[in-house]
Amino acid sequence: MSGPVTARAAGFVACTRCTRVWPGGTAQCGRCGKPLVSRDTHSLSRVWAWWVAGLLCYIPANLYPMLRTRVLFTTSEDTIVGGAVELALHGAPFVALIILVASVAIPIGKFVAIAWLAVSVRRGSRTTPHSRHRMYEIVEYIGRWSMIDVFVVAILTALVQLNLAASIKPGPAALAFALSVIFTMLSAQAFDPRLIWDRAEDDTDAGPRA
Amino acid sequence: MHSTDIAQVDPGELIACPQCDALYRARMPGHGERATCARCHTVLIAPRKRAGMIIIALAAAQLILVLGAVWFPFLKISRQGFVNNATLLDAALSFTGGPLLVLSLAVTALIVLVPLARAILTIYVLGPLVFDRPAPPGALRLFAMSEEMRPWSMAEIFALGCAVALVKVADLAHLSFGPAFWMFAGLVFLTVIHDRWMCRWSVWQALEHGYGARRDKATA
Ligand SMILES: [Zn+2]
Ligand SMILES: [Zn+2]
Repeated sequence: MSGPVTARAAGFVACTRCTRVWPGGTAQCGRCGKPLVSRDTHSLSRVWAWWVAGLLCYIPANLYPMLRTRVLFTTSEDTIVGGAVELALHGAPFVALIILVASVAIPIGKFVAIAWLAVSVRRGSRTTPHSRHRMYEIVEYIGRWSMIDVFVVAILTALVQLNLAASIKPGPAALAFALSVIFTMLSAQAFDPRLIWDRAEDDTDAGPRA
Repeated sequence: MHSTDIAQVDPGELIACPQCDALYRARMPGHGERATCARCHTVLIAPRKRAGMIIIALAAAQLILVLGAVWFPFLKISRQGFVNNATLLDAALSFTGGPLLVLSLAVTALIVLVPLARAILTIYVLGPLVFDRPAPPGALRLFAMSEEMRPWSMAEIFALGCAVALVKVADLAHLSFGPAFWMFAGLVFLTVIHDRWMCRWSVWQALEHGYGARRDKATA
């Protein structure tokens, strides 16, 4: 089975921002100004650099408290997981689940998925390019939603300032977590999905010949 | 062969899938139809009738809603006689002191500045085209800027965050929504529709050639 011709195979270079096609070797998109590369060869090193930065921020984000809550004269500090467990015990298991999915499952899943995609375009994979591309789309779409925990901290901090009765302050984990989300978003954006399909072509081309 | 065939075509008449690099001759699909990539199924062209007018109206509404959501009280809290109101900006700027100030600026950008900038850019860039005027100066670069900002506009995530915050403090204090919350909820709804109505290829094409609006009318 042969797929459609790629811009590279036809001697063109395509802009990934505005989909305009230019003669091969053009340096910059004349329509939207994006620098043009037929395949972003530095893509993977940028992916890994942001990936590592994101992971380094994700560790303190889980160890340090996200929130410092003071009710009357008792102060409690909540980490991400600790806060979710407390919510679940206080009869809000559904919200606890949202927090756990957004702050734990999605970030970890994202680290694994990006790493696997980056490795698979280098080494090849038995998984079809369709499912790998699907995974890339999901990672790109869903990554932003991890920011929800940072927003919750922001809302609570602004709101719960009731003199003696109760107050909430942000912990250092809020910054670490926000940075981790931003770095993993940049990591996913640095990935050039065209590499998934190139590799697939190489794999299928090699198949019948071997 | 097909490959040499398409290689002879003027590149201006081609479209390449941004996800997998597959090359096609760009053709405006019929009404209610969408052109998708045969290889990876990415939607390439999806024009809609009178989309320009609707997108301008949505962007104007978004502009008003963001400004409204910033000025009116957003959430109200009460416990044992103490009452506190917070606006959207209070929430955005709540991280004070030291390194957390950076976070305040980032949150302000994600929930206020980026949505605001995208609404303004959309009106500036597409407004003239909808009214059959030539594209304004710098339109291509400004639309590119608006596109780059798209993943960083997080209003809808913030709205869900409000719901989570509500549950989180439920046993600590009583929380209620102010008018700005509903404006913000409206904004989220409009943003989703806005992104669904906008056919990016048609916009790029119209901005490049400056005749998009008239041609849309001819085919409508
Ligand atoms: Zn371009
Ligand atoms: Zn494609």
